[in-house]
Amino acid sequence: MHNSKTVEIIVGLFVALGIAALFMLAMKVSNLSTFSGDNGYVINARFENIGGLKVRSPVTVAGVRVGRISDINFDNSTYEAVVSMSIDGSYNTLPTDTSASIFTAGLLGEQYVALEPGGAEKYLQQGGEVRLTQSAIVLEQVIGQFLYSQAEGGDK
Amino acid sequence: MVGVIRKLGKWGLGTFERLGRGHIFLYHVLTGIPAVLARFGLLVQQMLSVGVLSLLIIVVSGVFVGMVLGLQGYNTLVDFGAEQSLGVVVALSLVRELGPVVAALLFAGRAGSALTAEIGLMKSTEQLSGMEMMAVDPIKRVIAPRFLAGFISLPILATIFTAVGVIGGYFVGVGLLGVDDGAFWSQMQAKVDFYEDIMNGVIKSIVFGFVVTWIAVFEGYDCVPTSEGVSGATTRTVVHSSLAILGLDFVLTALMFGNI
Repeated sequence: MHNSKTVEIIVGLFVALGIAALFMLAMKVSNLSTFSGDNGYVINARFENIGGLKVRSPVTVAGVRVGRISDINFDNSTYEAVVSMSIDGSYNTLPTDTSASIFTAGLLGEQYVALEPGGAEKYLQQGGEVRLTQSAIVLEQVIGQFLYSQAEGGDK
Repeated sequence: MVGVIRKLGKWGLGTFERLGRGHIFLYHVLTGIPAVLARFGLLVQQMLSVGVLSLLIIVVSGVFVGMVLGLQGYNTLVDFGAEQSLGVVVALSLVRELGPVVAALLFAGRAGSALTAEIGLMKSTEQLSGMEMMAVDPIKRVIAPRFLAGFISLPILATIFTAVGVIGGYFVGVGLLGVDDGAFWSQMQAKVDFYEDIMNGVIKSIVFGFVVTWIAVFEGYDCVPTSEGVSGATTRTVVHSSLAILGLDFVLTALMFGNI
């Protein structure tokens, strides 16, 4: 019914279609095209409380995503969370006095690290540490403080 | 009472016998694979009947599954004002679960049953024993090419299913329901990881391809060589492969995505 050359061409097309589909998934659906960790560098920051921060959460400067959280560890001696951030290699001019804060996208959205560049002349290198950090805002604490201050205000 | 115990024992022994036979058969098939690579034309011929001819049902189902996901996801997400995340919902459910699983279920119904019936009929018309008489090993000549073709085809089909499904979801979400085009893709790219999500989906479909084709060729090779035997074997192929797919899917999901 089919001669062997037609069969080979059809099967070849089929395999090529499969590879094209994988390529489309890689480039269009996943983050492979937008951020590759190969040429990036890793910086660390210590937080007292990271809230709901997770590995692979975004790291932003001025709202622009520049990297991802690559690792989160706990320091046994200082009782702090050590957050490693993998920053894309093209953003290599972050000053050494950059500060890091954990914010929430929207009211209930995911948490991310926002970096705010300082004015130092030197730039952060591979393995560098962000010294100025601001912990995550835990909603329960904020509400607790608010209620407490309300109660205090009521007594006066 | 004794009869019940006797039946139970017979059933148990029969089950273990088939289980053992299936694994010894798998060993023979795997050792036959180098012989297939030497005769590449056989593999290409089987890739056509197992893979290419399953393409239509895979593509059509993929489009519709993606479209349904887009519609259902939109209706749920719009209540939370989060319809921008539609791309993530569609892509993650397809890449992680629906792509490999639904493609494998369709493959078991479309190609697995055909493989069983073909091999079973070859056995009942004594073509396989005819080959043995001519000193041609039917496992190398008939079974191994079909096994390899199914094993290669299913991951390709599952990838196509996923890609087409995402396009279907895009068509409904962006084209019909008016989700923002840029947000659809950018949120998807932000949340879907190539190695964690897409590669794990491909690994799933490779495992399913192995199991489904193994069950299909074994049931055909092992069937009772009568018309009832072939029909029973075909039914068993579809039932056993579907159960194996769903059971293995849970195990693989627990291994891959279990720890957050």
